[in-house]
Amino acid sequence: MLKSRHLLGLDGMEKSEIQLLLDTARSFREILNRPIKRVPTLQGKTVVNLFYEPSTRTRISFELAEKRMSADIVNFSASTSSVKKGETLIDTVKNIEAMKIDMVVIRHSSPGAAHLLSQVLDANIINAGDGGHEHPTQALLDMMTIREKFGRLDGLTIGIIGDVAHSRVAMSNIFGLITMGARVLICGPSTLIPREIERLGVEVYHNIDEVIPQVDVLNILRLQLERQESGLFPSLREYHNYFGITTERLEKAEKPILIMHPGPMNRGLEISSHVADSEHSVILEQVTNGIALRMAVLYLLGGGKSEIH
Amino acid sequence: MTDRIKAQILNKQDMGRIITRLSHEILEKNRGIENLVLIGLRTRGAYLAERIQRKIKEIEDAEVPTGFLDVTLYRDDFRTRLKQPAVEVTNIPFDVDGENIVLIDDVLYTGRTIRAALDALMDFGRPARIDLAILVDRGHRELPIKADFIGKNIPTSIGEEVRVKMSEIDDEDAVNLVEVIDN
Repeated sequence: MLKSRHLLGLDGMEKSEIQLLLDTARSFREILNRPIKRVPTLQGKTVVNLFYEPSTRTRISFELAEKRMSADIVNFSASTSSVKKGETLIDTVKNIEAMKIDMVVIRHSSPGAAHLLSQVLDANIINAGDGGHEHPTQALLDMMTIREKFGRLDGLTIGIIGDVAHSRVAMSNIFGLITMGARVLICGPSTLIPREIERLGVEVYHNIDEVIPQVDVLNILRLQLERQESGLFPSLREYHNYFGITTERLEKAEKPILIMHPGPMNRGLEISSHVADSEHSVILEQVTNGIALRMAVLYLLGGGKSEIH
Repeated sequence: MTDRIKAQILNKQDMGRIITRLSHEILEKNRGIENLVLIGLRTRGAYLAERIQRKIKEIEDAEVPTGFLDVTLYRDDFRTRLKQPAVEVTNIPFDVDGENIVLIDDVLYTGRTIRAALDALMDFGRPARIDLAILVDRGHRELPIKADFIGKNIPTSIGEEVRVKMSEIDDEDAVNLVEVIDN
């Protein structure tokens, strides 16, 4: 059973809770292959998708998961709302809650935004990414995909490559994987690796060719081009030469390595097209698993009597 | 909460005989195995379905397609329960359109589980007919649902529970009448 009514992050979540989320998600996978891809479980529940940052895949994935569970949906994006008129986050959500909603999925550029909402609202809050802090559903779907391929997480070695400093995906993956007993190696230019990240239990490398022979899985992060104005590395071409995952690099490993990427990909930059489309790439399976995983989250959080009066 | 076993209703041999009889009845009504498929309800109905499938193979020397259904997501108490039950994998690896389905469960009580199962099956297609086979019918229906193949009728009171044990996941094959004592 989950300890919290909200899913804010994987930091502090127990192994049994992550296990329950992954097991439940595995059961939901099959629904996506049915002729009628919808179960009635969340009938009568209303979910608000509150997106303060642009997002295509996460928003669509949540929306599909909600529809497959028969919830009623309200979509809100900051660019077309009263946020432009200067309304604060709390005022906005208090107003939305007054319209009798049950769950809020929030994506926001400020770390802790989801946590803040959980303190002022009665609804269940699901963090869909808060600044550079956490993106729990992405990490859970990554772990679900790895477990599907290897049958386990403990004892595996997972490499997280690239822009760890700007990556909430990396943070949530680190918390979750360490809790589940995996070994986590992170690798990138030192300007893109947060200081003292070793304290979370990961090993830090700056040479990708030392990482590849050790890992079962490579989770390749997107280089966040929109956040690179400040010159954290000399050029995109140099980044590709030192850290880009290519077939030539992977050939140095003795065993095939599972290739993952949270998307959207910069082909030819952090990952070569050949690697992205290779037989060991599970990038599209991650997307499919994402819907099942988010359905599982909605199911586990959304039950019971509504506490909104 | 303590439970007290009031009586053993069926032992291993009894269960074996009932499964044999149910298999024959299913074959008799369907006049063989043409268009026949079995669907067991998780958890114990799925094991019953497997046992009936094996018995039919002994009798007819042919394999009847058998699937497993978890109805948790179709239940009507999602909004009133506090703890969510585990969702097990549904696996119906064949087309149900035009088939004669025998739905199999261990205990028939209020009928709400079967209502949920019927709704779920409709999401998989349009079967020609659905029959219901049940190991134990304990009465107290809350919906207009009845079984077509019944292992044993057991009159019970509301405070009692029928516990089916199957060696696939329990330590033995047995059906017990249990008194639930709330403290």
